[in-house]
Amino acid sequence: MERAITAEGLTKRYGSLTALDSVSFAVGRGELFGLIGPDGAGKSTLFRLLTTLLAPDAGHAEVDGFDTVKDYRAIRRRVGYMPGCFSLYPDLSVEENLDFFAALFGVRVRDNYDLIAPIYRQIAPFRTRRAGRLSGGMKQKLALCCALIHRPSVLFLDEPTTGVDAVSRNEFWEMLDDLRQRGITTLVSTPYMDEAGRCDRIALINAARILGIDSPKGIVARFDEPLYALSGERMYELLLAARQSPGVRECYTFGETHHLIAEAGFDPDTFIGTLAGKGFRQVALHPIGAGIEDVFMKLMHHGE
Amino acid sequence: MGGFLSFVKKETLHIVRDPRTMLIALLMPVVQILLFGFAISTEVNNVNVAVVAPRPGETIRQIVMRIGASSYLTFKGFIPASDIDRTLRAGDADAVVVFADDYDRRTADPASKPDGKPAVQLIMDASNTNTAAAGAGYLRQLLTNPEAFKAAPETRLLFNPQMKSAYNFVPGIMGLIFILICAILTSVSIVREKETGTMEVLLVSPVRPLRIILAKMIPYFTLSCLNLASILLLARYVLDVPMSGSVAGIVGMSLLYLALALALGLFISTIADTQVTALIISAILMLIPLIMLSGMVFPIENMPGILQAVSCIIPARWYIDAIRKLMIEGLPFADVLDDFFILAAMTAALIGVALKKFNDKLE
Repeated sequence: MERAITAEGLTKRYGSLTALDSVSFAVGRGELFGLIGPDGAGKSTLFRLLTTLLAPDAGHAEVDGFDTVKDYRAIRRRVGYMPGCFSLYPDLSVEENLDFFAALFGVRVRDNYDLIAPIYRQIAPFRTRRAGRLSGGMKQKLALCCALIHRPSVLFLDEPTTGVDAVSRNEFWEMLDDLRQRGITTLVSTPYMDEAGRCDRIALINAARILGIDSPKGIVARFDEPLYALSGERMYELLLAARQSPGVRECYTFGETHHLIAEAGFDPDTFIGTLAGKGFRQVALHPIGAGIEDVFMKLMHHGE
Repeated sequence: MGGFLSFVKKETLHIVRDPRTMLIALLMPVVQILLFGFAISTEVNNVNVAVVAPRPGETIRQIVMRIGASSYLTFKGFIPASDIDRTLRAGDADAVVVFADDYDRRTADPASKPDGKPAVQLIMDASNTNTAAAGAGYLRQLLTNPEAFKAAPETRLLFNPQMKSAYNFVPGIMGLIFILICAILTSVSIVREKETGTMEVLLVSPVRPLRIILAKMIPYFTLSCLNLASILLLARYVLDVPMSGSVAGIVGMSLLYLALALALGLFISTIADTQVTALIISAILMLIPLIMLSGMVFPIENMPGILQAVSCIIPARWYIDAIRKLMIEGLPFADVLDDFFILAAMTAALIGVALKKFNDKLE
């Protein structure tokens, strides 16, 4: 498969802090590739290295066949970039923003309108409204239009769905899916694990390192241990008690329940009986399939 | 070129849609010119004068009439000698003229020998030193008997015979306003793009960032030219500043100064990362020295040597000096060539440094 993005041993330090520690990965042409990791993992630094805004301290990267250090001008002509923060002009209207970014790339809006039409149609009713007065979801749609207006071959989206409501997030991912159909390579980052399933492949990133790269299914398949969901009264005390119980390798909070990883020879009935002996009533335990977050937790603990 | 124009348009929209910027850019120059021209004045008017004269004769009555007729002095009435202290304390008078009992006899007879006692005394309220000094000056002139002081030098004030302070302030305000609009507003607007993150998007585009910044400067440059025109018109027709020199020279000098201010703004934007930092750097590095050391308010000749040396690196000093010469003294442009070349060299150096520091990456 032809590669749109390659990174080899990318390292970036800010003083004594290492923001990225020899990160290597490759994104194939036309792929929708997700970077999944918590805040501060190094996602934005990776974006800035690939979009030529920063130079790496070690390693090298290519985007669309061009070196990010030597040929950075060529890269700047052919990528679209949406930074993590709101990057439009709040005092300009929707239309004015779009016109400006089209002029920035030397294109006319109508020449590439077909590409942004499905997205722009949703914000078109507000075309004279100032961008600063749009809702969070609308802002991101406009930003995506602005990043696409010059028909980039590679699209970099840094946390496009952060701070956006669930419905808009879903719509946004549908748009990314649509762009993939049109052959645009997209590198997208998100702190939301539930969005990872919508990518072709994902890289889990934490504390400046990549923990694993695979398709969402492949990542989940890496989890080969019995996993249970645990719930009951006095959840915090329950968590502490479960961690002390025999046959439990790991137990951590997961939304409204606890997830429990069992060792070989773990018996659910004995476990519940032990807890009942400690005064925990109405304890529920049932086996579940692992999600990406479980894999993330597991890989994270491996690293430590 | 279409791209460049749309950058200029975008920047113009930023300015037009921000009421604060508009207020600073358009209203402030007019307000400052009028304030300094009319309200804030270093001339001392209306010094209140009380007179103590135990036996007022003809000479004293004439002096009192002259006090009443002077536009600088106001006659507040005769008071007994015992009330001098109370009158000054209460602020009813700023100055008291105390005549000796035999004032008329002594001044009438020029041959009479001074017996060591003064014939007239001035008592000033010196809590405002300006008023006291100026008032004492006016009164001394008024009391001076020309017959007795034949050797007193005649003073002629050239270029500004009425000593109007507006003449002094107009060049100073021009020096201040162009720095404010071109340097400070431009640097803040560049830094705002860094702060809000739009600079990242601008950098990841085929356009060279310097073109974008050049496009940013054009609206501010235009605004400054508008201000230059309005200041010159206000100065000429409202404040009656003579404008005896060539207007082309004044405009040419100002355009060079505008270029310098823009380069200064670009330089500040390369060292500041936030709008607040840009403002603080501007205030500390530019406004305070400009107001204190450029000769706008305090004469450079009166400063200690070290401050005089510091004032040499303040562009406004040379600009204000040149504009004073052109506008008030009416000298030909040839006489401000040294100012012109110093400013041109400063502009070239600033542009060089700013371009060298300017970076099309994030760090």
